[in-house]
Amino acid sequence: MSETASSSTAITGAEIFCRSLQAEGVEVVFGYPGGAVLHIYDALYRQDKVSHVLVRHEQGAVHAAEGYAKSSDKPGVALVTSGPGATNAITGIADAYMDSVPLVVFTGQVPTSLIGNDAFQEVDTVGITRPCVKHNFLVKDVKDLATTIKKAFYVATTGRPGPVVVDIPKDVTADSCEFEYPESIHMRSYNPVSKGHTGQIRKAVELILSAKQPMIYTGGGVILGKGSEALTEFTRKLGYPITNTLMGLGGYPASDKQYLGMLGMHGTYEANMAMHHADVLIAIGARFDDRVTGNIEKFCPHAKIVHVDVDPSSISKNVKVDVPIVGEVEPVLRELIKGLDENGGKPDAEALATWWKQIEEWQAQDCLKYDQNSELIKPQYVVQKFWELTQGEAFVTSDVGQHQMWAAQFYRFDKPNRWINSGGLGTMGVGLPFAMGVQFAHPDATVGCITGEASIQMCIQELSTCFQYQLPLKILNLNNRYLGMVRQWQEFFYQGRYAMSYMDALPDFVKLAEAYGHVGIQVTQPGDVEGAIKEALAQKERLVFLDFITDQSENVYPMIPAGAGQNEMILV
Amino acid sequence: MRHIISVLLENEAGALSRVAGLFSARGYNIESLTVAPTDDPSLSRMTIVTSGSDEIVEQITKQLNKLIDVIKLLDMTAYPHIEREMALVKVRVPEAADREEAKRLADIFRGRIIDVTHDTYVVEITGEGSKLDAFLEALQPFPVLEVVRSGVMGIARGDVSLQI
Repeated sequence: MSETASSSTAITGAEIFCRSLQAEGVEVVFGYPGGAVLHIYDALYRQDKVSHVLVRHEQGAVHAAEGYAKSSDKPGVALVTSGPGATNAITGIADAYMDSVPLVVFTGQVPTSLIGNDAFQEVDTVGITRPCVKHNFLVKDVKDLATTIKKAFYVATTGRPGPVVVDIPKDVTADSCEFEYPESIHMRSYNPVSKGHTGQIRKAVELILSAKQPMIYTGGGVILGKGSEALTEFTRKLGYPITNTLMGLGGYPASDKQYLGMLGMHGTYEANMAMHHADVLIAIGARFDDRVTGNIEKFCPHAKIVHVDVDPSSISKNVKVDVPIVGEVEPVLRELIKGLDENGGKPDAEALATWWKQIEEWQAQDCLKYDQNSELIKPQYVVQKFWELTQGEAFVTSDVGQHQMWAAQFYRFDKPNRWINSGGLGTMGVGLPFAMGVQFAHPDATVGCITGEASIQMCIQELSTCFQYQLPLKILNLNNRYLGMVRQWQEFFYQGRYAMSYMDALPDFVKLAEAYGHVGIQVTQPGDVEGAIKEALAQKERLVFLDFITDQSENVYPMIPAGAGQNEMILV
Repeated sequence: MRHIISVLLENEAGALSRVAGLFSARGYNIESLTVAPTDDPSLSRMTIVTSGSDEIVEQITKQLNKLIDVIKLLDMTAYPHIEREMALVKVRVPEAADREEAKRLADIFRGRIIDVTHDTYVVEITGEGSKLDAFLEALQPFPVLEVVRSGVMGIARGDVSLQI
């Protein structure tokens, strides 16, 4: 940073852009060129510190940047042109907003003199993105560019992270001024809280120790806040049961005996029942989303609730809590651990033993069981085999639908940042570009994309990007020829009227993969699943597209139907 | 319940639409909204009149605080405070008797006539919203041509103050 931090000669806005990214330590930008960003692309071309990945659609650029950020501890960066470049990026920006992904998205804009004139490729990017960004900026003067970029990275990565859009008119990238990148930034209107309130910590500790039927419920905030280690220490110290949300998987090791699996609509029976019967609920970095709570009127009727979150607006938004603690997950967990030590009290061992006995009864339901003797490929089996054959060490992305739930249920994540999916916005099509971003962040890792034949087609063009950059992804296409989750709801709630959920006229995915320069394998027999995955994993240099023809009638169980409480699950 | 929330925010392009957008996106009520720069030209002060349950108003203040441009806010309703609104009312008063009656009403409400033509008056009146409502009600016999209301401004009494 020091060598790029200042300069005595004037340089162009485009060069300032590159130097600022270098100063931020940005290694890779996902993007797509166009008229309004030509100066920037020219400046990127003439330097070699920041590399650029050319996607095939701007949506792919933003999702790839998300995958990069979610799997690493760095923000993702995307660069697109004005007008359609910006509008194509919106889905990714909204996705990042819902899942609090630290992202800086640069959009080109028409020259300042033309703004508001309905110029070629003009949209009001700041206006369009406003509801789905943490913050956005329009840079009108080259002198403000470096400071704005500094602010953008600061806002995106601190507090509750999120996407920040920086809209840069073309003339600003051509104008010149002296470059000085601020070492640090202070914004009087933005001061995220880090440490928890001491009095609240003490109250929380007392409540936590008073529990007879405790439950720990943690979410994506643990991953984003790098709180996994502290969470594990905290949870083991107490001996309490723990569940993770869809976004929080890997926040606590799934193979641990205190772990009850995911909760929520397709969570485990034991996790949801333990939530329902808990007398003290410890919510950490989770936001009481409707897919988690089920019917809010029936949610945790007996529990006193402690809620730790960096975002005050997440607290008591959906569910009134008793002990709110605003702060970052990691330092607050450390304070809680210290508070437990200082308090000296111990959990009620007798009550806890009774509670665990009850939980074991719920676990005995074996709610994730599925037919092991089917002649058709069971999608759960594919995920389970992939987990086994990668020893749980792969980075796994998914799209949205049934396959996403099976991936969440059957790939057991022991580490954070390994599970990359779209939880909040539920964006079909993210899986492949997410996986690209993950592979750029972890070039040597095994990156699997668990998808379905409908989702994968939404960003299928990125197979071309994967070929250009030789990304050896493993795509597991759970192909049931249906929009599976839509079909499941139509079966349950619309008397089997399968309106528009059947995917007719599917492409030949093997040929499609080959056309893009990759390896394609179709698997139709359960007995061939293991061999195919092994073969895919053995092809270390190639992207392998595994097209599994799965049981069309398989549904995701268990399930909390809409309007029901967590204790009212449909089991198989 | 009705709440008056005063907000100090960066006097920057787009700050107003961030607030307005927040209210529409989250379905919060907005009764009135006034905004202008303060004595410090880098700051704007906004007064929002809204209504909702305690939970909703708590969310409104949290969501407003979350906006990067918002520096500080105060829910006036929690403190003794003064609220004022101004209205400019144009009435048609062609007859001498009407003019006298309109003048008398304006005086009763401590309004001022600030523009006179041969058949119209413009009356300026300030006060709480209910007073303005009452004045407009009293003007019913006359043809009211235009009513311009400023929306509510508020300030807390005594030591409580919203400043950075």
